[in-house]
Amino acid sequence: MSWALDALSAVLIGAGVLGFFAGTVGLLRFPDTLSRLHAVTKTDNLAVGLIVLGLMPQVDGVGAALRLALVWLLLQASGATVGQLIAEVARRDGAPPAEPAASGRRDRGPRP
Amino acid sequence: MTAWFDVGLALMALGLAWRAIATRRAFDSTVAFVIYGLVLTIAWVRLGAYDVALTEAAVGSGLTGALLLGAAHRLERAPADEDRPSAPLRALLAVACAGVALGLGAVVLALPQVEPLQAVAAASAAEATGLLNPVNNVLMAFRAIDTVLEKMVLFAALVGVWSLAPDAAWGRRPGRRFPPAAEGPLTLFARVLPPVGVLIAAHLLWVGADAPGGAFQGATILAAMILLVRLAGLADAPPVSSRALRLLIVLGPAAFLGVGMAGVVLAGAPFAYPAAHAKAIILVVEFAMLVSVAATLALLVVGPPERAQAAP
Repeated sequence: MSWALDALSAVLIGAGVLGFFAGTVGLLRFPDTLSRLHAVTKTDNLAVGLIVLGLMPQVDGVGAALRLALVWLLLQASGATVGQLIAEVARRDGAPPAEPAASGRRDRGPRP
Repeated sequence: MTAWFDVGLALMALGLAWRAIATRRAFDSTVAFVIYGLVLTIAWVRLGAYDVALTEAAVGSGLTGALLLGAAHRLERAPADEDRPSAPLRALLAVACAGVALGLGAVVLALPQVEPLQAVAAASAAEATGLLNPVNNVLMAFRAIDTVLEKMVLFAALVGVWSLAPDAAWGRRPGRRFPPAAEGPLTLFARVLPPVGVLIAAHLLWVGADAPGGAFQGATILAAMILLVRLAGLADAPPVSSRALRLLIVLGPAAFLGVGMAGVVLAGAPFAYPAAHAKAIILVVEFAMLVSVAATLALLVVGPPERAQAAP
């Protein structure tokens, strides 16, 4: 039984790490602020969620598992809020969405 | 496998430390410093020092990061100082800094390999206080005077920050007023998060008796909640002349000092606790410190009073 839980953990955490990798590539490669933000906030939600789910079978007791879930919820809430705030500043400062032709090029965008 | 992880961690810490001191913009440098703090936090976890890791994440990275961001913001508004120190002076500074770093390294490497006496004493004397966390035993009982002095330093730092207030603003509300934002994500966040934050702060204080945690880490989270509410414009800081605010700030150090002095009568030595009630007394003192440290840390980030107009 324990090997099955370990395997489940390995698969979930592996998927989470893959999600982080994809999000980081998006952060580095996407052309404008809003797209980069999209990549990072997806990571906050999905990849952290997968890692927390993967850690849950490894901790003792329901209390510790619930605390892990709380960590995920807090990260989601702060990630979503900060994402909105950065997007608001980007829009106010008039960061234009990148031209489709410019996608793939590393354009650092305006500084906040 | 884990050795490679540790090597990678050490290299990341060194790289980020270099980036923090080598970049020219104060903002970039602060960002590097905050990430450096998070890497150090993982390093402390790898060393099994969970109390230090918590403190590093909360105080070293979080709170100091907020203070430095505030300072960087102010410096960017200030007229740039074009005078660079002369080359010999810079060389001298580099040599002096390198000397300090090498000296510290030499001292650490020269430490005896035997278990330090303090750790043994703290671990074996857990029954004396009723606390199972050796770190908290050292902080609250065996080296209580150090902890009191630490709180006094925080207090002195706040006095220092307040003394920067211009005469016209003295006694007024500190920092700038954040306008109440229109209903938005930040307002919602600042309404929903504080109850959770207060709960986590109390939890850290409570479990700190027997497990990693404690008043200081809890206080930092509480301070973050205060700052969040203020940032969202939901509440303003009270005027620095407010008696209630000042009482709140001295409550913790005063309670700790009072209990410490009462130890002379009740237990025969300063900062000794009557054994039967040690845990209860320590928890009461820690709770008083939680409130005071949280208020002091938040006020340090808020800054001195500088509004010329009285707030309506």
